[in-house]
This record gives sequence, structure tokens and C-alpha cells, in this order.
Amino acid sequence: MPKNIIGSVLVVGGGIAGMQSALDLANSGYYVYLLEKSPSIGGIMSQLDKTFPTNDCAM
Amino acid sequence: MEYAQAVPLKYAIDPDECIYLQKGKCGNCKDVCPADAIDYEQKEIKKTLNVGSIILSSGFTPFDPSKFDNYQYAMYPNVVTSMEFERILSASGPTHGHVLTRPKSSKKKDAENVKAPKKIAWLQCVGSRDMNRCDNAHCSSVCCMYAIKEAVIAKEHVGDDLDCTIFFMDMRTHGKDFERYYDAAREKHGIRFERSRIHTITEVPGTNDLSVRYANEKGELRNEVFDMIVLSIGLESSKQNIALANKLGLDLTPQNFCKTSTFEPVATSREGIFVCGAFQGPKDIPQSVVDASAAADAAGAILAQARNTLTRSPEVVPETNVIGERPRIGVFVCRCGSNIAGIVDVVAVAEYASKLPYVEFSTDNLYACSQDTQDNMVQLIKEKNLNRIVVAACTPKTHEPLFQETLLNSGLNKYLFEMANIRNHDSWVHKNNPELATNKAKDLVRSAVSKVALAAPLAEAELEVNQTAMVIGGGISGITTAKSLAMQGFHTHLIERSGQLGGQALNLYHTASNEDVQEKLSAMIQDIEQNKKITIHLNTELSSVEGFVGNFKTTLSSKRKKKVLEHGVAVIATGAVPFQPNEYCFGQDSRIITSLDLDKKFMDNDPILQDLVNAVFIQCVGSREPDHPYCSRVCCTHSVHNALELKKRNPKMNVYILYRDIRTYGEREILYKEARAAGVIFIRYSVNQKPGVVLSDGKILVTATDHVLDRPVEIEADLLTLASSIIPYKDEKLAKFFKVPMNDDGFFVERHAKLGPSEFATAGVFLCGLAHYPKPIDESIAQGQAAASRSVTLLSQKTIHTSGTVAKVNPAICSSCGVCLSICPYSAPSFLDAKARMFRGKAQINPVLCKGCGLCVASCRSGALHLQGFDNDQIFSQIFALSEAG
Repeated sequence: MPKNIIGSVLVVGGGIAGMQSALDLANSGYYVYLLEKSPSIGGIMSQLDKTFPTNDCAM
Repeated sequence: MEYAQAVPLKYAIDPDECIYLQKGKCGNCKDVCPADAIDYEQKEIKKTLNVGSIILSSGFTPFDPSKFDNYQYAMYPNVVTSMEFERILSASGPTHGHVLTRPKSSKKKDAENVKAPKKIAWLQCVGSRDMNRCDNAHCSSVCCMYAIKEAVIAKEHVGDDLDCTIFFMDMRTHGKDFERYYDAAREKHGIRFERSRIHTITEVPGTNDLSVRYANEKGELRNEVFDMIVLSIGLESSKQNIALANKLGLDLTPQNFCKTSTFEPVATSREGIFVCGAFQGPKDIPQSVVDASAAADAAGAILAQARNTLTRSPEVVPETNVIGERPRIGVFVCRCGSNIAGIVDVVAVAEYASKLPYVEFSTDNLYACSQDTQDNMVQLIKEKNLNRIVVAACTPKTHEPLFQETLLNSGLNKYLFEMANIRNHDSWVHKNNPELATNKAKDLVRSAVSKVALAAPLAEAELEVNQTAMVIGGGISGITTAKSLAMQGFHTHLIERSGQLGGQALNLYHTASNEDVQEKLSAMIQDIEQNKKITIHLNTELSSVEGFVGNFKTTLSSKRKKKVLEHGVAVIATGAVPFQPNEYCFGQDSRIITSLDLDKKFMDNDPILQDLVNAVFIQCVGSREPDHPYCSRVCCTHSVHNALELKKRNPKMNVYILYRDIRTYGEREILYKEARAAGVIFIRYSVNQKPGVVLSDGKILVTATDHVLDRPVEIEADLLTLASSIIPYKDEKLAKFFKVPMNDDGFFVERHAKLGPSEFATAGVFLCGLAHYPKPIDESIAQGQAAASRSVTLLSQKTIHTSGTVAKVNPAICSSCGVCLSICPYSAPSFLDAKARMFRGKAQINPVLCKGCGLCVASCRSGALHLQGFDNDQIFSQIFALSEAG
């Protein structure tokens, strides 16, 4: 294996997109650093009440 | 701490607001913190990370409307933003989900004026599609849908007599199942849609009510007073995003979103850096989730050689042996915010549960699924020595794995668990009858408790994952998936029913951003034809599928020859077809064509295009109609782009687009703006008054009622393009092969509309492209990559665990009749070998093959078969518990 390839990824932003990227990568065998500027992950989606079209709870 | 469900659930000090850090005084928190966790000395630490790749998912910032003086958002308390309204609706928000007007100040007199609103208005496109007052020319894509949702839910909270009005320009409900939601909002929920852009909001003197003056569709001026006005604010790139992009040297679009191309939708202008979510462009949750997986795939593809070099395995909590122990049941009743607690008296249910047999502990939680509750649950299981758990909440379909993981973390076997669905089966369906709903919740909990008391720990079988993938459909998304999987190191078979790769993309001229589709497509095809890890099967269809996740056995048939393919995952990328119109005189004149026919004329450089005087487009042909009640998503952008192309070829040509709503979502809106600037004439029609087309003396006469002039216009068209819809194949056979569902329209149904858009509920089967829903090339490619990424999460594991809920034989009473062998669709039962040490000739079940369907159990005449986790005694005790009076 070439030495210069690093098996880790930096994901900038812990909203729904960042979390999904991080999960996919971690489950595929890559080490992930998830960077989030606020004290908790979840982003805008965690502020939403319900989601359409199924009216599921956003949490 | 931002909110009680935050992850991680830890307090943090905001240094900008902290009096101690700013002025060196206060220090209260340090004094009162019993854990001695406050440290004012912590300094910013700079860390350097060496990584193989970067993904930017830094999102968007909601538009700040306080800069608009005409809406007086900063001044009038009852002008709120849509984000604020989300919090007002939320059970964990400031009003606990009660929709209330806001007081002008905290004074007692003002606080008394707070009331439940009777009339609420939503103003669309605040900070979107607006060059006059802000520089956001783009459409934010999501506001139409969230406004409808907020209106529907506001009515649910306040009551049916709440008057909800949405003021809009074009209603853009272009996502999967969105048009139905819009139709239901209008027809079932009675939400009023008013096509008008409101200029100014004023406060009614002496009150906090709000007055708006607007012109309705007929041009009549109206004054209307509302209790509350919600500004549907748009999405824009934050200053931090722009700074980050500049620091990294990334190109941005004129709208300050991260620049990408149609054929590499998650690649930034810098190699190794990828982008997903709303930083790439305004988009909704499912599209963000698709992009996120696509970015993970793109990042993974360049690091494939270093897979598993830096990862570590999580610590496994050793399982406590509970066999022989008396059941000690813990019951957790979830409020789900107000979703359950708004109807069901959860405190009474928890109190009731505590008195049931074997229940040691019961409580209620605001959100049982939140991180704080999970941690608490682990603590309680250990503290109270609980050995069986019941969660009364929502559906096990989405939440069972989460709670089972909590059990594992506390050392319990994950099958010592039961869910009672008191939301979907109770509070949602009995919302008009809270008392009965509470009783029903008690019944459901009692039944779950009686079942879990009999639960036993179950073992899961381990099975190897075949590292080969099969992609069905050789269109642009299938090609993308195959290429991605091969790049990640997995051998992939690409199955195409026709004799040629490319699918519908073969019919397309240019993308909305002017890339040559044929040039790019042939490069992609060439690329995968040369890839040694991809085997292409043309003129091939599936004739049968056996097996399950990790070990599928598919029989392919090609020219009457059959071949068996073994693979670990399957990706369905079977696409869709263009609808052949049955109206507007289609087929009666060669100058009446579909959008794809026009693309063909562009590709062929047809000379007729130069000399047209009048070119007309009719939108929504076969879309948003009773037969196909969905929006085909791509046609507006396609026609607007083609109209511009015609104008480019001959600026003197008159180009008309007859439309219902123009749905150039996201940055596609810029094209719409360009088209208007280029002189393309847009005429709106309503579905009740569709344009007329007649052929008379060799002329094509198109009539429509002009919405500005409010009078009929007649156009003699030299070319009439019908923007016909995209319709699915409705491939029942394929759906049956993989046991995957289709919706009423015939598109495949994904695992979860928001969170699982590129996979099925059936494990090991994935989805992308038009088979999921109509979408343009960039989104098809992103989903192709996403399906690959989701597949890789499975393929990169050497082994997976099957479910513990499988059938088991009691060989002592088996009569060797063989019914189970003949009835099982998965070939799980077999007879014990004649050489076996014991029970020769009796049935046995292969737990790896068994799917736990229970067919053999029901058919066993000797009662020798049992479905573990759903054994007869458990089911009977549930039934008896239900039949007991509460």
C-alpha cells in the first residue's frame, strides 16, 4: 500500500449532511474527524419541528 | 446547553456573553457546579490534523429579514420567521408547542394580550428570488414545502378553524410526494393559497395585529388583517462559508454557493475536497442526505487503498446472563414532544405501568430517543438491575435499533426488548378522543409488558458477505454506481436490458449549465467499459433472485441463455420513461413534439430551428394531473433552458412558455431570470383552463388566457414542444424479486423519505436515479454515488449478523412430515442427516437462511417449530393481556 494515502477524512459541519457523510465513511472503514462550531451536532434539522411529507418528528 | 436533546448533552460557556470572562466578575457557575467542571482557564487550542480528504458540509444560514424595513420584522412582535415558527410549533420550544401570538414586551399588560391566533399568513420568497432588496436571485427550494407543512401543523395544534393563507409567486412542490401534500393542504386542510407578493406589512393601531394590502390574481386590491405573519425566509451561504471557501481556494457560484459541475456534483474545484448539503446549493433534507453519501463515496474512492488502516473497533460491553432470573421490567413512556403527550396522558400510563406484574421501574420521557434519555436508560438498567425493557413510543421500524443498542450498552441481550407503538397506532389516530387513547396506550403497554416478561436472550448467526455487487440498469445513475463501486475496490456487474448503455441521457442535448451530455456520457461509458472490475451484461434481464443480504443468487437471462450470478448487494437503477402525450394534437403534426424530440433536433442541428417565428412550450403535459399527480421536477428547467437555446440560435424568434408554476428551484432560478431578460414570454394557465391546440389549414393554433391581460391570446406556433412527464416502469417483477415496495405512482419506495433516500428497507438492496423519482442528471449522479456509498458500508464488512428472531425446531416432537421444507421460501429447513448423532431425519433450521417469517411455524402440525422472539406463549400472553379489562 502506498504510504502517502491517509485513511481518514475531515468532515466540516455536523448537520444532517455532515453526520450522514461521517457515518457512511466510518462504516466503510475510514477514520472520521467531525468538526462542528457549535457545542452540539444536529444543525438546522434539530431545530425543526416535523418533516414533510410524512410529518415525522425531526429529532 | 442548546436544548435538552443536544448531542453531546454538555453545558458550554459562551465566552462572548460570560460576565466572568468578559469582566472578571460573577463566577457563579463555578460555585454551584457540584461536579467541579467549570474551568475558566481553558484556551483555544490549535490542532493539526493530517487527513486524506475533506468534506465540507457547513450548511447554510437562514436569511435575516430585519434588514427589510417594509416587513418590520424587528419591530412588530407578531412578524416571525419560519425558523421561529418551527420552534413555536415544537413541543420543546418556548411555548411548548402551543401556537400563541407574542407580547410586545415583558410587561404584564402586554403579556395579557397573548392569544391563540385565528388568522396566520405566510409570505413566501423572503430573501429568495429577490434582486431588488437583497442580492439573492436564487430560489431556496424548500420554503414552499415547509410553509405548507407549518400551516398544516399549525391547524393541527390550534384547531380546524385556524385560517391559514400562503402568499406565493410559484408553488414549488417538486419533490417526491410533495405535490400530494400540496393538494391535501388545499383540498383537505383548507389552506388558502394566494398568488401575490406582499409588499408591506403594517400594524393595526392599538393592537399587535398586522395588516397587508395586496392585489389578488384578478388584480383586485385587498386589505386583510392577520394575527400573525410568518416570513418564509430563504437559505443563503454564511459569511463563514465564503471565508472558508476563500481560504481553501474554492470556486463559488455567483450566489456564493460552492461551485460543482453536473457530472461531478460533490467535487469542489480543488482535488480531494468535496462538498455536500446546502453549502453546495439550497436544498432539502433528502437531497442533502443523498449528497452526503455521495461525498462520502467520492472521498472513499480516492482513499480505498487505505481502508481500515486508521479505524478502531468499539468496545463491546459483555452480556449479562439473565437466564433463570426473575423478570425485572423497566417501562419508558415517551411523550414524543406533544406528538404523544398532546393526546395521551403519559404520566398516567407510566404510573399504570409501574403496577403491572414484574415491572420494577417506569417513567415518562420528553423524547425517549434523545441522547440524554439513552444515557439515563443505561444508568437506570444498571442501577435497578433491570433485565427486560419496554419502550412505549413510536414505531420499531425506525427506532427499535436505537433502543436495542442502548440495551447492548448496558450489557443486556438486545432481544429482551419490546416496543409499544402508542404514537402511530394511538395518539395519531385517536387525536379526537384523548381519554380512550390513554386507555389504549395502557392496553398496549400491558400487552408489551406481558410479552417481554417471556422474552429470552437470542443469539445472532454470523454470515460472510459476498464482496461482489450487482447494479440493475445501465443509465447514467447505474453507470455512476458501478464506477464508484469499482473505484472502491468491489467487483461490479452492470445489467442493462437494452443493447446500449446510457439510458435516457442518450436523448439529452445539454445540461442546465450547458455541458454537452453526449460528450460526457460517452466518456463515462468508455471509462467503465475499460474498468477491469466491471462486467457489463447488455440485452440481459433478471429471471429470478434468491438469497438475502450478503448472499444473493440472481439468474440472468440473455438471448435465452441463463447464468447465475452471486453477489452481496443489489442496486436498482432501472430508470423511467418519457410519457407519450395524448392531448394537444400530439402525433397529428410533425411540428408538435416532446422536449426530448427538441433535444434531438438540437443535437442534429436541424435547420428548421433557425427559421421559426413562434416557438411554444406547454408545461406539465401528463404531470400534476389525476393520472400522474406528481411533478416531474425537470421539465421547467429543461424548457426554460431550451427556450434560451432557441433564442440564442435566433434572437428574433418569439418564444412562449405556457406554464402552471415555474419550478426552476435552487440556482436554476437564474436561468428563469435569464430567459425573461432574453424576451421569452411566460403565460400562466390553470389546470381547469388548459391551453387549446387546433390544427387548421396546416397551422398550429395555440390559445391560452393571458394571466396579466386576463384575455385570451392566440399564437400560431411553428413548433410546439410538449414538456411531457417522466413515468416509471412499474416493474412489479423486480419489486417482487427483491421484496421492495412501489408507491401509487409506480416509483420505488425508499427506506425513509428523509433519512434513507438511496436504499430500501430490504437489507442489501439500494436505489438511485429515475426509478426513485424524476430528477436531473446532477441529482441522478449524486444518488448513483450515494447508492454506492451505502453499498460499501455493507461490502466493506467481511461478515454481518443475521436477526435472532428465527425459527427453531424442537426435534423431540418433530414428526418429519416435511411440510416446513416445502413451504419455506428461503430454503431454511432441512432434514438432519442420516448419519447425525441424534434426531436423524428430523427437521432443522439454518438460522442464516431463516428470515423469521413464521410460515413454517404456522404450518407445523406437531407444534415442533417455534419462532424465537415471537413464540406462541408470548403472542398468547399478549392477546390475553389485551383482552383483560384495563
